[in-house]
Amino acid sequence: MTIALYASLFMVATCGLIYELVAGALASYLLGDTVLQFSTVIGAYLFAMGVGSWLSRFVGKGLAARFVQVEILVGLVGGFSSTLLFLAFAHAASFRVLLYLVVFVVGALVGLEIPLMMRILKDRLDFKDLVSQVLTMDYLGALFASVLFPLLLVPKLGLLNTALLFGLLNVGVAAATLHLFRDVIHERAGLRATCAAAAAALCLGLVFSGQIASKAEGDMYADEVIFSRSSAYQRIVLTRWKDDWRLFLNGNLQFSTMDEYRYHEALVHPVLSAHRAPREVLILGGGDGLAAREVLRDPRVGKVTLVDLDPMMTKLFSTHAALSKLNGGALTDPKITVINADAYRWLEQNDRRFDVVIVDFPDPSNYAVGKLYTTAFYRLLSRRLAPGGIITVQSTSPLFARQTYWTVVATMEAAGFATHPYHAYVPSFGEWGYVIGATAPYRVPARFPPGLRYLTPEIARGMFDFPSDMSRVPAEPNRLDTQVLVQHYEREWARINHGG
Amino acid sequence: MLTRREFIGGGLASALLAGCGGEREIPGELLGPNHALGHKLRAGVFDAPSKTERVPIVIVGGGAAGLSAGWKLLRSGLGEFVVLDLEAKAGGNAAWGENEVSRYPWGAHYLPVPGPHARAVRELLRELKVITGEKNGKPVYDEDVLCHAPEERLYIHGRWQDGLYPRLGASAADLKERDRFHAEIAALRRRVGRDGRPAFAIPMENSSRDPELLALDGLSMAAWLDQKGYRSPGLRWYVEYACRDDFGGTLKEVSAWAGLQYYAARGEGEDDQFLVWPEGNGFLARKLAESLGPRVRTGALAFDVAPDKDGVRVDYYDAASGESRRILARRAIVCAPRFVARRIVKPLREDPKPSGFDYAPWLVANLTVDTPPAGTGAAPAWDNVIYLGEGLGYVDATHQSFSLDRRRAVWTYYRPLTGDPAARRAAAYKTTLAEWRELCLSDLERSLPGLRERVTRLDAWVWGHGMVLPKPGFIWGSERREAAKPLGAIHFAHSDLSGYSIFEEANDRGVRAAEAVLAALGKPFRSSL
Repeated sequence: MTIALYASLFMVATCGLIYELVAGALASYLLGDTVLQFSTVIGAYLFAMGVGSWLSRFVGKGLAARFVQVEILVGLVGGFSSTLLFLAFAHAASFRVLLYLVVFVVGALVGLEIPLMMRILKDRLDFKDLVSQVLTMDYLGALFASVLFPLLLVPKLGLLNTALLFGLLNVGVAAATLHLFRDVIHERAGLRATCAAAAAALCLGLVFSGQIASKAEGDMYADEVIFSRSSAYQRIVLTRWKDDWRLFLNGNLQFSTMDEYRYHEALVHPVLSAHRAPREVLILGGGDGLAAREVLRDPRVGKVTLVDLDPMMTKLFSTHAALSKLNGGALTDPKITVINADAYRWLEQNDRRFDVVIVDFPDPSNYAVGKLYTTAFYRLLSRRLAPGGIITVQSTSPLFARQTYWTVVATMEAAGFATHPYHAYVPSFGEWGYVIGATAPYRVPARFPPGLRYLTPEIARGMFDFPSDMSRVPAEPNRLDTQVLVQHYEREWARINHGG
Repeated sequence: MLTRREFIGGGLASALLAGCGGEREIPGELLGPNHALGHKLRAGVFDAPSKTERVPIVIVGGGAAGLSAGWKLLRSGLGEFVVLDLEAKAGGNAAWGENEVSRYPWGAHYLPVPGPHARAVRELLRELKVITGEKNGKPVYDEDVLCHAPEERLYIHGRWQDGLYPRLGASAADLKERDRFHAEIAALRRRVGRDGRPAFAIPMENSSRDPELLALDGLSMAAWLDQKGYRSPGLRWYVEYACRDDFGGTLKEVSAWAGLQYYAARGEGEDDQFLVWPEGNGFLARKLAESLGPRVRTGALAFDVAPDKDGVRVDYYDAASGESRRILARRAIVCAPRFVARRIVKPLREDPKPSGFDYAPWLVANLTVDTPPAGTGAAPAWDNVIYLGEGLGYVDATHQSFSLDRRRAVWTYYRPLTGDPAARRAAAYKTTLAEWRELCLSDLERSLPGLRERVTRLDAWVWGHGMVLPKPGFIWGSERREAAKPLGAIHFAHSDLSGYSIFEEANDRGVRAAEAVLAALGKPFRSSL
């Protein structure tokens, strides 16, 4: 009996501190400013515990039964605290109010626990033993929680599951108390049922926390989400704020309508207008049809072939009224053929030749995409070029990922292309880089199709100058058996994203 | 670094879901070399041949050695031969399979880029356009076929690290021993024996016969490590992994000469790369068999090879017609493993002495995996090894794919069944598919919890005689040497005869036998050796 009581006390103390830590961690994760969040959360929590302790005087008869009820409540509110806060973050107008409310309720309930426990035990122990033993267990539990939380719980379980799991433990304590004090508790059947229901709810929470996390994530975009769907290959999310439409693939920004014309004009026209007679054009990637829109501006173009892996993307951007308006109906233009296939395989199996190829793949952020930036790939591409053919490759940022960018240049050169690196400023991306790979002498075009908003021959000439903070650095070509590019990319973007 | 998703959601929910899912039967099949025909051979009941034909040369066995022998004959302008293979598809140990996701191997999954002595292998690779040219006197390989990065990773202390040497948690002493070991191997790699030949070379016939070096064959690899004072558990695991991988034996079961050959006969840096195909060495077998065309007869079980007045007579059972046939040939090349050769070749059948050849049994399983899990730490590689694992880990047959669609993969799980070969073989033949499945999944799930939920198919293949075991004293012992010699018009070729089972040796033995036959028949040829 005594051991069971100590174990319960220890558990109660551990759970109490865990909820405090979960709230603090969540607040600093969602709101930033760790010191402020932790201080205010801990302050509010301790204050609420004081309130709880004071309120305990109003609990009169049936102490053990009340304690069981408090435990179930702590388990439920504490257990679901992180889930609730997470889901609310994207929706609630004043998240902070809710945060402190939850912290206060959990704190007050936790504040009730120890006084009630002491009163339950007062007839069984001397006062000096009671105080010493109860407080010892309380502080030991706190130590245990504070060590467990950062080292095991957050890395292994995450915040949602940690709170839910400890909620279950609280309910477990309630059940144990119910059992230990079965002689003095009268309304046992009702409490037992409540216990079971609370435990079931928390278990369900654990089972679905994965989906909750992704739901919460879906709600984390800054603007209103107007479309979100998972295709077989990626998660497609479209947001809108006034006139600004943004496309995210797996959470990465692909374009913003505020400045995508800069990106796509710079991607397409420096190669397309430089070709004498670009009749056959191939676009690899670019399922949003925006590069295709630029290609179709040039009346000399006879046929456009667009190869994009994801049929959901190309379907969306050819049938959805608002989205096909963005690309000017490019994907349903009679000149275009849309093919949903793997670029590499399609190139291998096809022996058509192209005058201009526009390569608009995702950044080389993993080894599978990295293969599309290798000497092997560019060699294959060069075999699909008509005489005098020319290609351009989107190549990440020469400013943020300088080594990555110049590695793409070195790779194309190793595959036999004469390269002409250039860059443009796209506000939502920053300074962005492209590389032209030519098989014949290249000259910056002196004329572009009408209707461009960004590119002029003068601007274009300037794009080929690289200031010293992004000028060429020595780089090894990216080969399939080394895949150095992915490693450069990971290192350089980690530095930007973590500010380290 | 924790991803945001892990930070928020954690992995417990999926584990709970998996626990609630109940037992789902994973479909699959238990496969192996053709048991029905193998059994027929052991029973030894065959009708008298109903037809007789004359073919100048018969090759018995369509594995890497037999196909290489045929390849050499054909390249030398001698096209009048047949290859008899009992399986439905030639290839022997280089067997392979295919499903809607990928081709996959049932045998070896790679070929190390061949060194300068493996001339015939290089010639074959040039023909297959795997070698595309030459630069600074070295072959240039097709980039697509070299193993794409990342090549290897190791699961140790709860996470994946890059490379196979256990670095995570290694002490300074461990790393010092590793460096000492690599330095010692580097010295052996450069060492030349008193006869002027390299200490270790592949094919092994090119190695030095310096008695001081051959003496290493008398030691076990474990004894050699002890002698040299290598105690680091990480290093010893690493070396044992190599022995299990290449020879199917433990440090105690494998000779030090073989264990050192594994490292010292291969190059380093860019000379230490792998050539990789989805179906493993099945690619080479397939290409070789294609080049021989209808000369390869499958479902053809040779049951009696005997000297005859004009040369050799070969009786075989044709599974398709259920009839026995006879071929009268001037020469035969028996490219079957020794334990089979001893059943079918008359003079060997009558030899009462034990062969001295031991074979390590193997289990190979192919798993079709939906949304293959990556695990924690280093990114998934081609070869994914578990430290102190029972098996050798898994190889991703789809690793070389250029597709961005990585929703499904086929993984090949390898497990040498070490210990007393005969007992392990007997036990392996009794093991059911359900038991193999459990052995395989429980081993892999140590590194990838919840994997079984994503496995949609698991086939297992038991190789009762997977690899000849280079136990101490075997490679340079008299039994192996004697076995390699022809008996009159009957020649022998199999990697067994080199004492260990790798493609380069099988190829060398096949080409060597083919050249001996060409010489005996007075046919001019240019040597590939």
